[in-house]
Amino acid sequence: MAREALTGSRIRERRIMSGYKQAELARQVNISASYLNLIEHNRRRIGGKLLLDLAAALGVEAAALTEGAEAALIAALRDVAQTAGVTQAEMDRADEFAGRFPGWADALAGAHRKISGLERTVENLSDRLAHDPELAASVHEVLSTAASIRATASILAEDKDLEPAWRDRFHANIDADSKRLADSSKTLVGFLDPETGEAASVSSPAEEVEAFLTIHEYSFDGIETGDAKPADLVEGAPELTSTAARQIALGVLHRVIEDSGRVTMADLTAALADHGPNPVALAQLFGVPVACIMRRMAAMPGLTYGLVVADRSGALLFRKGVPGFVIPRYGAACPLWPLFQVMIQPATVLRQRMRVPGRGGALFDCLAAAEITGPTALNAAPLLEATMLIVPIASDDDDRTEAAVEMGASCRICSRQACPGRREPSILSEGF
Amino acid sequence: MSIGKHVLLVEDELNIIEALRFLLSREGWHVDTHSDGATAVEAIRTMRPTLVILDYMLPGKSGLDILTELRKDPDFETLPVLMLTARGQTRDREQAEKAGVSRFMTKPFSNTEVITAVRDLVQLSR
Repeated sequence: MAREALTGSRIRERRIMSGYKQAELARQVNISASYLNLIEHNRRRIGGKLLLDLAAALGVEAAALTEGAEAALIAALRDVAQTAGVTQAEMDRADEFAGRFPGWADALAGAHRKISGLERTVENLSDRLAHDPELAASVHEVLSTAASIRATASILAEDKDLEPAWRDRFHANIDADSKRLADSSKTLVGFLDPETGEAASVSSPAEEVEAFLTIHEYSFDGIETGDAKPADLVEGAPELTSTAARQIALGVLHRVIEDSGRVTMADLTAALADHGPNPVALAQLFGVPVACIMRRMAAMPGLTYGLVVADRSGALLFRKGVPGFVIPRYGAACPLWPLFQVMIQPATVLRQRMRVPGRGGALFDCLAAAEITGPTALNAAPLLEATMLIVPIASDDDDRTEAAVEMGASCRICSRQACPGRREPSILSEGF
Repeated sequence: MSIGKHVLLVEDELNIIEALRFLLSREGWHVDTHSDGATAVEAIRTMRPTLVILDYMLPGKSGLDILTELRKDPDFETLPVLMLTARGQTRDREQAEKAGVSRFMTKPFSNTEVITAVRDLVQLSR
């Protein structure tokens, strides 16, 4: 990884330390929040005037953003070591390695970053190919049209004595099919390659809402204080192109209003300092459902907690992922998740230490609770909504010795072969 | 029409129907077509073809469901069925084989492959 490529990470660190939202900082330097997001994730190079503007907005010297990136490099090397399963003693020498062999350290960290990116791409594309009905229909359309063109072209090429009427007819068919193929290919490329710009027109409402929430980092100060109205925020969001996405986003924002009315961020911050990140204790303290505390913790700036919400059908209604924990966007999730277990015990809060199978084996504490959402009716089971908070366990956490259950995202992209919950074969080999 | 030379093509892509109809007719087959999955089993029972070419993805009912229903009927247990599909995954092939498909072919196919498969299936069924 080139040193300058880590500048984005340092900008992100500085911004969070300064208490800026991504959108706020982006506005100050006249770029879009999504572009700043790319910079912060080291996906765009930065220099010149924009770097100076960002440094000025953050109140630091530009050099502070571009130099001394060793800390990020050493963190990346530790991640490499953890993934490869090297001993703690070796891991502790990461800084020595970076100091003595900076070129090799950069190369190793860069290769690791590239592999991680490719893994994410494989997971996302596999998830889409397996479960996205629109994508499946698009692939089917392309292949069927290709089959039609191939069959017709073969007749024209091989049958030299074809009657003119048939020849004209087959030529017309090929012409129509080739136009169809061009259109369906464009659609397919739009699905698979967001850089083409076609993706926006074919993305699902869930993806649009996810983009909206990511830009706002799942945190809405203006909505909480009443300075901003949900409808205005949704109408002004270019990423929310479909009516369905706008409706879902409105639902999310109204829940933010409801939750913040019960537990303000200031009160939660103070309570966290006294009670620690214990949703059950905090729910008792504030007299609110545990799920409400989980949502507030996941929305808290500076805390990298994930959150997933499902209804009784198992459909995922809300996703906030964390690095190392993939939440499937299209298909069904892992049935072992406590998220689903709590649906048969709505009054219970489950806590489960989980390890993601395969390389790295990241650890997470998952806390889940279910709330009844529908009205009580005679002889009818109530409607439920289950919420799961995902708390990453840091690689240097003392608490990593606790027994963990192996759980993946969904069967297709999970390498745990001997799993009681497996529904379908995985595309990954054990240990991937 | 001569007995033993009647194929029913269950497919919803009009230009594939046209190309296959042309090819098979030239081979001496009488070709009937049907595009609706929901009524395909009924059409097969009525027409009683000697061979069926069946698309996997059809409106109304999938080719796999049609095949499964067909194989439950003793009259059609051994009817040669050539399945055409854009879904070439191993799992789909295995499902089709479990359901009793005679031959499985992925799109895009070559005309020679289709004609050869049809000839093979008819010979085997004799």
